[in-house]
Amino acid sequence: MDDAAPVTFRADPADARRAAPLDAFTAVYHRRSGITHLLTEPAPQILAILSEHSLSLDALLTRLSQDYDLADPMRDALAARLDELVVAGLVTAS
Amino acid sequence: MRHAVSLRIGPIGFRIGSDWRAPIDQLRSLYRDYPQPYDEVADYTVRLFARRRWRRWIRPSVEIGGDYMLPEAAPLPLRQGLLAAEMAMNLQMALGARRYLLLHASAVERDGRAVLMTGISGAGKSTLATLLAARGWRFMGDEFALLDPQTGLVHAFPRLISLKNEAIAAAQAAWPTARMGPLLASTPKGDIRHMVPDARAIAAMDVPATPALLLFPRYGFAAAVRSVPPAEAFVRMTQASTNYVALGEPGFAALTGLIAGIPSIAIDYPDSDSAVAQVEALCAAR
Repeated sequence: MDDAAPVTFRADPADARRAAPLDAFTAVYHRRSGITHLLTEPAPQILAILSEHSLSLDALLTRLSQDYDLADPMRDALAARLDELVVAGLVTAS
Repeated sequence: MRHAVSLRIGPIGFRIGSDWRAPIDQLRSLYRDYPQPYDEVADYTVRLFARRRWRRWIRPSVEIGGDYMLPEAAPLPLRQGLLAAEMAMNLQMALGARRYLLLHASAVERDGRAVLMTGISGAGKSTLATLLAARGWRFMGDEFALLDPQTGLVHAFPRLISLKNEAIAAAQAAWPTARMGPLLASTPKGDIRHMVPDARAIAAMDVPATPALLLFPRYGFAAAVRSVPPAEAFVRMTQASTNYVALGEPGFAALTGLIAGIPSIAIDYPDSDSAVAQVEALCAAR
């Protein structure tokens, strides 16, 4: 339906994870699942934002644009990263 | 069990029971200088047993058991009973340890600083640790380094050194006075002979060390040294730890702390002398 509300994304609060920057990768321990993830930018930044706000893809893109110089193709790439984070159990979509 | 022996290796106490006398006698002899478990309480029990009663005498076949078991573990002939005991002790550690993050690595120490050497079987972990020990390093272990999540220190686990194939002669040449177990020929891992760590390693096995260098040695290649990026080192060490997942967050904190705190370096080496020289040079540069 055209007037359907957009999918929104949300991450657990920041204290649900423990992060350790390594190099280009950040190791993230997810306390609820006990799983370790290796993330690269912009995944840690996405998690940080979605820990505080439940946002749609476009709203998240706008938010990230405030801190990063994002090109137009970023929307598809961001959608792909979000899908990965959902599959990993770090982000929920509703 | 009919026959049993208790002993402590580093902080870990074992009680090994057996349907046969021979493996226990060998353990008693080779571990004669090791202490008893703290408060006489064994952390792990190991059982060497015959699946069927007649197997004690007719083509005796040693099954490996204990607190933790692998259903697919194949039995060994009695003449390899010592190997069965060592494998069973390793298995208990690998599956049961919770107090320490177990790193599948050999370790040596000098001036309170530990060099950890990890890699697949055949990479030269045991040989390198033995040769370095013969040149003044303190031998801490050739199979597991025990990383304490509370302190970040590495504890020794100087079990019998498991030498395989050509490493047997190399280690004996470096340490001709070392006490040796029997030659176990044609085991699933080739020829194996156990070497008793030197008296200094046993006397100091309760003394932990500060990790200083993490090495990924690889035998059979032209000498080369390469820095290993932290993320690669982290992933390789999660794979080299038998209980990383089981430890949960303390394991994560311990391992990321280790990787962040010390250099990780891969060394390729064509022969043992080259490897020892590479390790000495890397340590001298730090």
